[in-house]
Amino acid sequence: MIEQASPVVAAADGALPLFVELPFKWNYVESIIYVSLYVSLTAVLVSTLVSLPIAMLVGFSEFPGKGFLVALINTGMGFPSVVVGLIVLFAVSNQGPFGSLDLLFTTEAMILSQIVLAAPVITGVSLAAVTGVEDGVRDAAYAMGGTRLDVALVTIKEARYGIVTGILAGLGRAISEVGSVLIVGGNIARADGTSVTRTLTTAIQLEARQGRFELAMILGAVLVALVLLINGLVLRLGGSRI
Amino acid sequence: MTAALAGCLGDDDAPAEIHDETLTVTTTTSTYDTGLLDEVNAAFEDRYGVTVRAVAQGTGAALETGRRGDSDVVMVHARSLEDEFLREGYGINRRDLMFNDFVVVGPDDDPTGVDRMESVTDAFRAIAESESVFVSRGDDSGTHVKELAIWDAADADPEGEWYREAGSGMGEVLNQANRTPGYTLADRGTYVSQRSELDEVSIRVEGPIEGGSALLANPYGVVAVNPGVHETVNYDLAMSYIGFLTSREGREIIEEYAIDGEQLFFPEAVSEEPNFRQYVPENWTTEE
Repeated sequence: MIEQASPVVAAADGALPLFVELPFKWNYVESIIYVSLYVSLTAVLVSTLVSLPIAMLVGFSEFPGKGFLVALINTGMGFPSVVVGLIVLFAVSNQGPFGSLDLLFTTEAMILSQIVLAAPVITGVSLAAVTGVEDGVRDAAYAMGGTRLDVALVTIKEARYGIVTGILAGLGRAISEVGSVLIVGGNIARADGTSVTRTLTTAIQLEARQGRFELAMILGAVLVALVLLINGLVLRLGGSRI
Repeated sequence: MTAALAGCLGDDDAPAEIHDETLTVTTTTSTYDTGLLDEVNAAFEDRYGVTVRAVAQGTGAALETGRRGDSDVVMVHARSLEDEFLREGYGINRRDLMFNDFVVVGPDDDPTGVDRMESVTDAFRAIAESESVFVSRGDDSGTHVKELAIWDAADADPEGEWYREAGSGMGEVLNQANRTPGYTLADRGTYVSQRSELDEVSIRVEGPIEGGSALLANPYGVVAVNPGVHETVNYDLAMSYIGFLTSREGREIIEEYAIDGEQLFFPEAVSEEPNFRQYVPENWTTEE
C-alpha cells in the first residue's frame, strides 16, 4: 500500500518525482546566470568596439612614445579588479563626477568596470596579433600593389585568430572577476531571491561566506561550463583553426 | 521644504506617492545572512509596491555608504558608530529596532576551559593568556567593534600569532573558526542559521538571551540618511521603511522569524514606554 504513491501525493509534495532534489531554487541560479552573461557580454562587446580600432591604429603606425603606450596597455591587462572597482565606485557614487546618473548598485556600473578590465586585454592581445603578422604579409601585400586599405584588411584577416583569442581572454577576465562587481554592484538580490546585480562570482562568494559550499561548488561548475561553452562556440564558428 | 511637508501631510496616501520607487538599504551581513531581511523586505515591497535594494556590508561600510548619500536608510548594530553618524549630521530619525546577543563560539574540546564561563571578560582573558587561536572579523563591523570593546573591558591585548584578523563577514569567520578550529565572537543569529554547517565548534559562552553576560547584548538600530545633507536620497521611502519596521506588523515579522524553531531577533521598537534615548546620540544634551 505504501509503495503506491499516488500522483496526487507527488504533486502535493511540489516536486517532480523523477528529479533529484536540488540544493537551490532554479530561478535563483537562472537569474544569476542571466545577470552574469548580460553584464560580461555587454562589457566585452563595448570593449571590442573600442579596443580593435586602437589596436589597429597603434599596430599600423609609428610614433614617438609608442613603446610607452604599449607598455601601458600591457600593464592594464593585469590591473587588479578591486582597484578598478574602487575607482568606478568613486566615479559613480553620489558624490562622484557621474553621481547624478544614479548608477551605483546597478548592472550599468558593473558593465562600466568590466569594460575597464576587459578593454586592455582585448587591445593588448589584438595588438600583438596585428604586429605579429605585420612583417611578411604586409610586405607581400604592398609588393602585389595593394592599397593601404587592402593591406589593412589582409592584416586583420591574418590576425583574426589572435583577435578572437584576445576577445575570449577579455570575456574570461570579465566573467570571472569578483572584486569590482562586488563593490559597484553590491551583490543585490530581490527579496524573492532573484538576482538584480548578483553574478556567478559574487554569488559564489556569498554562498561560501554562509557555509553553503555545495551550492557554491555548483555555481562554480556552472561558471566554468559557461566559459567553456562560449569558447567552444566561438572556435566552432571561427572554423576551429586554433 | 514643500516636498518634505507634502511627505508629512500625505501620510494617508503614502503608498500612491512612493509607488514604483526604489529604496536602497545598506545593512550588516548578520541581518542579511540570517535571511531576516528578505522576509521583512518582501512584506514591505508587497505593502507599498516598491523595490528594495539591500546591500549587505559591515556596519562601518554600511554607514560609510550612507555618508556618501549612496543609500537611503541604514540598518546596523554598533551604537557608538551610529551615534557618530548622527552627530556628523548624516543620519536622522534613528530608531531602536530589535536585539539579539553575541555568543563566544569555540572548539568542542575547549582547550582553554572557557566553557560556560559566566563572564565574557574572564573568557577573553583566558583565551589571551593561553594564546588559543581567536578569529576576529577585523572589518570594522558591529561585531568587530563589540569584540574590541570586550578585549578592552577584559584588559587583555589581542596581539600575536594566535589572534587572526580575517577581514571577512560573520559567516566566513565562523567557517574559519570551524576549520581551524578556534574561538570567535559571533552574533547568535548568524551562528544559529549556520549551525548545521559547523561541526568542530559550538557555543562556549552564552549571551544575555540565555542568561549570559549583559556585555554581549547586540542591539540593532535603523537610521534614515539626512535629506538635508544629501538631497538625492529617497527620504519619504526611507521613513516609510522605518515606519513599517517599527510598526506592530514589523514586530510580528521579526518575532516570528525563526530557524530550526529558534527565534533569532527580538523586536524592541513597539513599546508603551518609549525610550527617548534611541533618537539621539548617547549623552546628547540641548547645549550641544
